[in-house]
Amino acid sequence: MTEPEIENLVRRELYAVAPDLEGLEIEPNETFRDQFEIDSMDTLNFIIGLSKATGLDIPEADYPQLETFSGCKSYISKRLRAPG
Amino acid sequence: MPSLGADMDAGTLVEWLKSPGDKVRRGDIIAVVETQKGAIEIEVFDDGVLSEIRVKPGDEVPVGQVLALIDGADEDSEPPPAETATKAAGLPSRPMDQEPLRTVSQPTADGPKISPAARRLAQSCGLDPGSITPGKDGVIGLREVEAAAHHADTTQPAGIDQRAMRNAIASAMARSNREIPHYYVTSTLDVTPMMEWLGAYNARQPIERRLLYLVPLLRAAALSLRKFDDLNGAFVDGRYQTTANVNIGVAIAMRKGGLITPAILDTASHDLQSLMSKLSDLVRRTRQGGLKSSELSMGTVTLTNLGEQTADALLPIIYPPQVFIIGCGQIQVRPWVIDDAVVPRQLMDVTVAGDHRVSDGRRGAQFLRNFGDLLARPEEL
Repeated sequence: MTEPEIENLVRRELYAVAPDLEGLEIEPNETFRDQFEIDSMDTLNFIIGLSKATGLDIPEADYPQLETFSGCKSYISKRLRAPG
Repeated sequence: MPSLGADMDAGTLVEWLKSPGDKVRRGDIIAVVETQKGAIEIEVFDDGVLSEIRVKPGDEVPVGQVLALIDGADEDSEPPPAETATKAAGLPSRPMDQEPLRTVSQPTADGPKISPAARRLAQSCGLDPGSITPGKDGVIGLREVEAAAHHADTTQPAGIDQRAMRNAIASAMARSNREIPHYYVTSTLDVTPMMEWLGAYNARQPIERRLLYLVPLLRAAALSLRKFDDLNGAFVDGRYQTTANVNIGVAIAMRKGGLITPAILDTASHDLQSLMSKLSDLVRRTRQGGLKSSELSMGTVTLTNLGEQTADALLPIIYPPQVFIIGCGQIQVRPWVIDDAVVPRQLMDVTVAGDHRVSDGRRGAQFLRNFGDLLARPEEL
């Protein structure tokens, strides 16, 4: 998956849990929680979406790495590159 | 029009899902009503036949007014039609609230007047009348609706009028502070056992079956409240009545501000997985519309959970006609003393508020002990 593809995927999954955010600019290093009042239920649904779209099994211990846009990008590309 | 909470004065009928002559059963969705809490599905509370519809789609109807008549199964008795209908709605109309009902024609704090044609157009465009700027005469006409449709605010979730919701919250909370003599009791609970158990449980589950920590909190609160008759029920017309089931209302925040507290009916009857799916479904329908009338009217107690990365504690305000509310602060690792040693533990400050007309702080304290004991043995939840 290319970097723009990953970016699109993250955006798409974020909008899926919070359709009202569509079109808003995302500050890459600020947490979704602080930027958009994403709560724990939204976060869980967002990560379920990422997991389904990428086929990655995302353990709960990794959730903190998925709190920002740039965190999501680097986590997904790292995991997709890693064998297994 | 059933009351869907202490903060509701009126609703606008959107559509009928049944026609005169149709048989209806308890629990059937009979109509959809637009309220300050979005589009709500109105349920029937008795079996019977829908005999007459009295309100048209687009009509704004004050709480307590008859929407439709349902002939009950017991034809021998002769209740007056209005009573039958009230029975069909099965919900108290404005419990213990002495304020006069507002009607459509009065200019209200909820917003300016709107012409019937403009209201219909606004509805067909999916616009909330409260979000439309009135014309120079203070009335919203077709022209204002058309202008608003052009500039439709796409960031606002469908069906929720932010200003109306704020007014609704303000009126319910003002009433609570005016009428309910609150007491508050706080305990710091060591929730390390629950969080460790949950971490291990979630690690064994596929991602769709993982639980939020709110779920064991809800389960423990429900099990505990079954033992506290005086904390679970409603104070109506100067009298308290306990309820057999514990229906916990969960405070669900809207992203643009405001909150709704729909209830999980008979909370204690659900295991953790079932509670998680109920909660997930409730959050989705709260934000997108589609809550059921029973979920808004039958809460017997409320739990409000601040959640991760928020603040340590809150002093919750009781949602009338309930008499008890549980407020959970964020969970944080802080120093704690166990066996004369200071150790880092995951702690949560829980504050409960109770109604002094019904119980005393001692009962709140007993609840907190019981709730904490259950959370200390999460594997038994």
